[in-house]
Amino acid sequence: MSVAVRFPTVLRSATGGKATVAAEGATVAEVFDDLIRQHPDLKAQLLTEDGQLHRHLNVFLNDDDIRYLGKLDAKVGDSDTLTLMPAVAGGA
Amino acid sequence: MLLIGKKHLDEMVAHALAEYPLEACGLIGGSAGEDGRAVVHDVYPTANSARSARIYEVDARAMLRADREAEAAGGQLVGVYHSHTHTDAQPSPTDVAQAPDPDWHYVLVSLRDLHPAVRSWKVRNGKIEEEQVVLQW
Repeated sequence: MSVAVRFPTVLRSATGGKATVAAEGATVAEVFDDLIRQHPDLKAQLLTEDGQLHRHLNVFLNDDDIRYLGKLDAKVGDSDTLTLMPAVAGGA
Repeated sequence: MLLIGKKHLDEMVAHALAEYPLEACGLIGGSAGEDGRAVVHDVYPTANSARSARIYEVDARAMLRADREAEAAGGQLVGVYHSHTHTDAQPSPTDVAQAPDPDWHYVLVSLRDLHPAVRSWKVRNGKIEEEQVVLQW
């Protein structure tokens, strides 16, 4: 399965400036493995040291947050799009 | 430097006032120049998922929509705005610690005084630097 992965500006230094990268995999975890193979600097941006999804990263499979689809086990198919976005928050 | 039209400036302030006493937040779409300046094309008011007078969290799904709209308009997300209801228009330590992108523009709308105050900042490596906000017709 080949999916398109869209990156926010803050992660593009790790993708050589690319906004969209094509990656292979049947689950989000497999797609992330392929992304990290292509762009090793992404590893620390996507996953914690114990291999979990970073808390400050939101990942959408098409229109849905993967936290509600099984997180890294969420299944992906051809022509799906993964969109990565930083969590945006703060406080007075 | 942030170049912004009156309509978009008004929209951010109006959103901040509408949500008061809770903090309001939203995203800024535009085009980013290599010299660190951005031209605002759109503002995207979003829900504050935290529903709080002291903290804000941009609703993730609203951010997805804003990101797509900004890109469809030929630009990208270039920053975020939020209100401070009782403090001045300067990033708090929490704002600095959680700032997601060193290239973004961080706009603060303060409602501490009767007249809202708007200031814009860059946040890099834990340091804040104020930037000029230029009003465009």
